[in-house]
Amino acid sequence: MLQDKDRIFTNLYGVHDWRLAGAKKRGIWDNTKALIELGKAEIIEKMKASGLRGRGGAGFPTGLKWSFMPKEVGERPHYLVVNADESEPGTCKDRDILRYDPHRLLEGCVVAGFAMGAETAFIYIRGEFVNEAHNIQAAIDEAYDAGLLGDNACGAGIRFDIVLHRGAGAYICGEETALLESLEGKKGQPRLKPPFPAGVGLYGCPSTVNNVETIAVAPEILRRGPEWFEALGRPKNSGTKIFCISGHVNKPCNVEEELGIPLKELIEKYAGGVRGGWDNLLAVIPGGSSVPCLPKDICDNVLMDFDSLREVQSGLGTAAVIVMDKSTDIVKAIANLAHFYKHESCGQCTPCREGTGWMWRVMERMVAGKAEPDEIDTLFDVTKQIEGHTICALGDAAAWPIQGLIRHFRPEMEARIKRYHEMAAAAD
Amino acid sequence: MPKLTVDGIEVEVPQGATVLQACEEAGVEIPRFCYHDRLSIAGNCRMCLVEMEKAPKPVASCAFPAGDGMVIKTDTDLVKKARNGVMEFLLANHPLDCPICDQGGECDLQDQSMAYGFDRGRFIENKRAVSDKHMGPLIKTIMTRCIHCTRCVRFSTEIAGVDEMGMLNRGENAEITTYLEKALASELSGNVIDLCPVGALTSKPYAFKSRPWELTKTESVDVMDAVGSNIRVDSRGSEVLRVLPRIHEDVNEEWIADKTRYACDGLKRQRLDRPFVRVDGKLKAASWAETFTAIRDKLSGMDGKKIGAIAGDLADVESMLALKDLMTGLGSPNIDCRQDGAKVGGGARAGHLFNTSIAGIEEADAILLVGTNPRWEAPLVNARIRKTWLATDIEVAGIGPRLDLTYDVDWIGAGPQTLQEVVDGKHPFAEVLKAAEKPMIIVGSGALARTDGARVLGAAKKIADSYGLVTEDWNGFNVLHRAASRVGGLEIGFLPGEGGLDTAGMLEAAGKGELEAVWLLGADELDTAAFENTFVIYQGHHGDKGAHAADVILPGAAYTEKNGTYVSTEGRVQRTRYSHLPLGDAREDWKILRAVSEPLGAKLPYDTIDQLQKRMIELNGALARLDHVAAGDWGDFGTDGAMDDAAFTLPIDNYYMTDPISRASQTMAACTEAFLAQTERTGTDG
Repeated sequence: MLQDKDRIFTNLYGVHDWRLAGAKKRGIWDNTKALIELGKAEIIEKMKASGLRGRGGAGFPTGLKWSFMPKEVGERPHYLVVNADESEPGTCKDRDILRYDPHRLLEGCVVAGFAMGAETAFIYIRGEFVNEAHNIQAAIDEAYDAGLLGDNACGAGIRFDIVLHRGAGAYICGEETALLESLEGKKGQPRLKPPFPAGVGLYGCPSTVNNVETIAVAPEILRRGPEWFEALGRPKNSGTKIFCISGHVNKPCNVEEELGIPLKELIEKYAGGVRGGWDNLLAVIPGGSSVPCLPKDICDNVLMDFDSLREVQSGLGTAAVIVMDKSTDIVKAIANLAHFYKHESCGQCTPCREGTGWMWRVMERMVAGKAEPDEIDTLFDVTKQIEGHTICALGDAAAWPIQGLIRHFRPEMEARIKRYHEMAAAAD
Repeated sequence: MPKLTVDGIEVEVPQGATVLQACEEAGVEIPRFCYHDRLSIAGNCRMCLVEMEKAPKPVASCAFPAGDGMVIKTDTDLVKKARNGVMEFLLANHPLDCPICDQGGECDLQDQSMAYGFDRGRFIENKRAVSDKHMGPLIKTIMTRCIHCTRCVRFSTEIAGVDEMGMLNRGENAEITTYLEKALASELSGNVIDLCPVGALTSKPYAFKSRPWELTKTESVDVMDAVGSNIRVDSRGSEVLRVLPRIHEDVNEEWIADKTRYACDGLKRQRLDRPFVRVDGKLKAASWAETFTAIRDKLSGMDGKKIGAIAGDLADVESMLALKDLMTGLGSPNIDCRQDGAKVGGGARAGHLFNTSIAGIEEADAILLVGTNPRWEAPLVNARIRKTWLATDIEVAGIGPRLDLTYDVDWIGAGPQTLQEVVDGKHPFAEVLKAAEKPMIIVGSGALARTDGARVLGAAKKIADSYGLVTEDWNGFNVLHRAASRVGGLEIGFLPGEGGLDTAGMLEAAGKGELEAVWLLGADELDTAAFENTFVIYQGHHGDKGAHAADVILPGAAYTEKNGTYVSTEGRVQRTRYSHLPLGDAREDWKILRAVSEPLGAKLPYDTIDQLQKRMIELNGALARLDHVAAGDWGDFGTDGAMDDAAFTLPIDNYYMTDPISRASQTMAACTEAFLAQTERTGTDG
């Protein structure tokens, strides 16, 4: 269990002052100049050594990602883009960082931006986050006034600007290249990769897009040393992570914990346990709406980290734990997600545009059981035809929840179909 | 030069090539919908997925750069499954209306579903229906068929340069539309029909007319402007149903302008399909023999100097040569192929050609446009300039009325005064031309069709001479013609002979009663009122202005009905091919002239087109080779002297109606109303 001294997000619940004065009391902006004086290469090395993996869902090693940026700034400026378009259903971790600990993110922007040769960071914030945008902007203004940003940021002799940009509320704009398009003022549609943003990103310039949490933890890692961070969690899944526990638990909450904590422990210790006790658990979606759900027997023992969840054919994603007890209509729950993905598909590429609507319609029939048993196989086949064939990961995200449902709850679906046919026959 | 393996075949491709291009290099065909080699890469149809070794999932070959040592597989189960899946998705919401779809038989989706489609559909939900969009009189939309490949969007924004198309909404509600459901205001709009891989965008005038396999396809050349676009004429019987582009990289790439494509319905209206003779002030149908007699009665014994001949904009070289020879036989020096009065021709050959060549525009780094609207006078030349402007830092300046040419033009002046400033080096653009490595000047035919036209030409030549526009391997001097016949006429010297009158001279002489007879070879852009007391022989294919003024009408052949040589503005020799015989009693024009020459006592010395063409080549060797551009010699042309103050005016006020064929076209009339009508429609209209 994570000790209080190892917590990074010390104002996760908003009980302390989020403004600059309060932030400084919690150690934010403490001698940031010294971090910058480490030098670009050293910062990136330390990030690599810390084993930090991206907190936005894909879990790509952060230090490695930063190292993809060109070593020297050429004709084109470098940009850091912070993805604050937190839209994954079940996920609400960035929101609390944005409103309760904005300076932690801003300090991270300066350090990370400096490490990759950027002088400007853009924070792309979800349009619905009105109060959060207000807090972030207030924090940016404070930081400028205090000389932490601007011409001589943190007194370190570097220039650094942070620009807040509010999105218009599309889930797809959380995909990094769609985010860049949207930030440029275009329609939010993912770009083809390659070229990757580190080569051709925002306005055609080398850019790195990182999640809020990823950037926010960077200064603390550098201050305390990568060894400290690496020692937390499990091998290759190091450090702490904010888990968002929602659904049928007694006390839904956000909590920072070490990676690798058992799911059961996480739910019971912090969220007050499953409503009606652990045995009343039906399934858990462990990483936000886009990862496959896990039935109770897997939930009993699974550890909450990237690799452990991958082994059980799910994923850590954003670590948004959605708990469903036995009162849940699991088919309807997944149909609901299917509708979400159908609604949020950008429509650019074929499998996702046509497939998400198809899957949702079949799922709606599955809820009532108004289908033939072999349609379950067809549905699974359709998910496989989408997965891996699209420009961005939204196609995968739409396919996985349904795959998880079929993998673990096929008997429930079949029973429903049977029941429907029996009732239809009786009615005749 | 990356080397990679495709299905076990090793290929080497240029740096920057895509995996798809590498596959084609290896002879492997990759299915595709959104990819088009002249448009930017979208990568959205996902039909071109291939397997790449070490990649976790299939990659879109159209968008993936080929790298050294890649191992690509296109024939594995994974690839087949991926493509089948994409095809199933495309067909899921695509209506099964092939029997009533105009794209049927030439539909990419139809063709590729033969290879990748399942034998039955698994999609049993309701299909999506999309409301059709209004895109003007040329493009018919059935948007339910759209597969969202965005080729049309990319074409209109990139090639045509109009930001009017796009995709609205998202996910399965995404719809391709012109944003305000306006007609696509581009002279190249028809190309989106060819680009559309399905039947979403089809030709409105051609709707439900025919199936592709019923059509006779004739490879020919366009005469609606002087570009010489390569076209394919699709006809059924003696009716031309549609005109499509043929690929010619140096001329039209694979686009054609809307007039080229859509004016073909004018070929069956207002046609002259039998001879007429004016009797008692009224044109009366006559036989060929009666017509010849009427001509002989009038012309025999007449002083040759009192006879004139003017060739129109659509005349082929053969008929002009026959007419020229006939006039020589009759002793007339009064011939002219410049019915607009452009002061061009007669000097060095380079003085009337688009010497840089259309493809050569792509090498240029500075262009000065003089009194021209290339967007209307030669849409494909304009498209090349735009292409160059998009790809390079080319600087374009213009002298003349301000226009939207789909690229940035620095309009530096309105008339000859500015041109003179550039000549004198007093204008900053002179420095730009001097500094440029491959500068161009493009003089429009309108700027030459003035009384001071020869001096404008002379000024342009001075710019070419003094700013290094003409070097050993570059000729940046260009005249942009708009009449298909013009360069051909100039090449064979269809110009006033010793002491002969030009067009303006003939009109003046006719007004004074000094010109007693005039032969109009399809010349309709004249003030025919001057011929009130002149005996007018009109030889042509449409009952247009010239025919109304005629005393004798000789029905000729349109460009789809004869094998005629045309020389484009760049000097490219090309030949139309007949797709069907001339209508009714009409005949090929050179044959008419050959026939009438006998009763007139000036028998022409050729009995076959081969003999006539041989004579043509003897006269000018530059006409010898088809699809060949003989470089023009750089010598004297134009005259010195002060130009007038009057600003340049443009010769075309309606792109859609510039010649007898397009004026007879209902489609072009609809375009005129849709795009150019100045008045708002009121409730009582129509």
